[in-house]
Amino acid sequence: MNAPRAARSPNEEHSIVRWLLIALAGAFALVFLLLPLVNVFAQAFSSGLGPYWKAVTNKDTGSAIRLTLLVAAISVPLNVVFGLAASWAIAKFNFRGKALLLTLIDLPFSISPVVAGLLFVLLYGVNGLFGTWLTEHHVKIIFALPGIVLATIFVTFPYVARELIPIMEAQGSEQEEAALTLGASGWQTFWMVTVPSVKWGLLYGIILCNARAMGEFGAVEVVSGHIAGQTDTLPLRVDKLYNEFDPVAPFAVATLLALLALVTLGIKLFLEWKTRDEL
Amino acid sequence: MTRSPAIAVEPRPGLSSPLPGRALTLGFTIFYLSVIVLLPIAALILRACHLSAAQLWALATNERALAAYELSLGASLIAALINAVFGSLLAWVLVRYKFPGRRLLDGLVDFPFALPTAVAGLTLANLFSEHGWLGRFLVPLGIQGSFTQLGVVIALTFVGLPFAVRTLQPVLENLDQSVEEASACLGAGRWRTIVSVIAPTLFPTVLTGFGLSFARALGEYGSIKFISGNLPRTEIAPVLMVTRLDQYDYTGAIAVALVLMLFSFALLFALNWLHAWAAKFQQS
Repeated sequence: MNAPRAARSPNEEHSIVRWLLIALAGAFALVFLLLPLVNVFAQAFSSGLGPYWKAVTNKDTGSAIRLTLLVAAISVPLNVVFGLAASWAIAKFNFRGKALLLTLIDLPFSISPVVAGLLFVLLYGVNGLFGTWLTEHHVKIIFALPGIVLATIFVTFPYVARELIPIMEAQGSEQEEAALTLGASGWQTFWMVTVPSVKWGLLYGIILCNARAMGEFGAVEVVSGHIAGQTDTLPLRVDKLYNEFDPVAPFAVATLLALLALVTLGIKLFLEWKTRDEL
Repeated sequence: MTRSPAIAVEPRPGLSSPLPGRALTLGFTIFYLSVIVLLPIAALILRACHLSAAQLWALATNERALAAYELSLGASLIAALINAVFGSLLAWVLVRYKFPGRRLLDGLVDFPFALPTAVAGLTLANLFSEHGWLGRFLVPLGIQGSFTQLGVVIALTFVGLPFAVRTLQPVLENLDQSVEEASACLGAGRWRTIVSVIAPTLFPTVLTGFGLSFARALGEYGSIKFISGNLPRTEIAPVLMVTRLDQYDYTGAIAVALVLMLFSFALLFALNWLHAWAAKFQQS
């Protein structure tokens, strides 16, 4: 057996092994993580600024940006309200079937996005369960904004709740009980005691929920109907431009989504640094 | 991000909470869950019940569907294996070693999670194409990464990577290093310590990360739509489902959707069991 060497602790690999492992991990990350990111921007600007600008300021791209923002603006707040209600109910009270409720909240994570889209088509589509009623009353859900919003809410359903439940459980109820004893109302306690104490976790859940809401492809594609300028979100717009064999335009639109990803990662790192500081 | 199931901390038994809002929040939670998740799933099951079982079975198991499941399962399995190996390597390097660029690497690991899958498929298809940065070297060697089954594996590896790394990383950080010191003091070499002390301790967690990245890959659609080129040879189950739906073949789409849901529920069940086993394993 090797005699212990003074140069390194017994818990360390030989420095050659160490650097080989770092190089291997770095090479893998370079090919699978860094190159795909850099490539989006390189391809988008491969013909210079002109074609890039033309693709990004195109009328249909503009309406795709507006639709994507609108869908996120509706679905994210709804999931935030749900996340706050669910985490309050689960963390502060005891009831039967709590484990089942937690499993059901996680369910959308394990269902393929395209199946999620199909679920809403079967419910609200022309041949769907409520299809006849909706047609008679001239309500359009599938191939229109409500369908896109519903599909987006489904795929982003667990994000905020999943982030808040463990935090609220760890914090317990003592602070809230103290506030109530001191005469605060239930709403005051919620807004002035509970929400501030979970604010970083809440923000974390919101940015992850938002990134997925703006970037969702499969579920939205199934319910959207691909009407240019009307039901195309940004990811669907990328797909449409890609199918037109344009070498620059899909990448130009994709840079907007890549920037969204980078901003999301930036805020995420900031929040992790912030909460580590507070602990 | 999909994580291991939260374990509910039970408040003191016998004491009902004095906090208000139980009926309101629990009521809203169940209402919202029912409208958004349960009702649509019930619609699928109800619809399937009205279809003839023989016809559903035939559409779920015809040659094209079987080929799609085979590719879906096979490619997801290979991708999850690659992620188990390289994800573990990345987690190990990030936790144990100090080197320049470590924080950048750590941040990059979450990138596939934040990047919309459509963009991932778009850029990977381009990278591995004939004129792409990697393809221009690989294609002359006969390695075709875009519009092939290999491309499907590449995209599924990309989307599943964060799950493998982020599952293992916290466990590795909390690993008690005194056990390794003990092993070294007892005369074991570093390699022997890694193989017989560290690896068995981490195995259930690596398996969980493998399972999560497999589950993620199995349902993936966006990136595959770009890199697979819509060829019969590269058709995975979610793509087949959408193709059938686009042709107004509702029964065919439902048949594939039911099989996909069956896969994901089986996996969910397995992962929950694995999580409980891993928790018990870590305690002992």
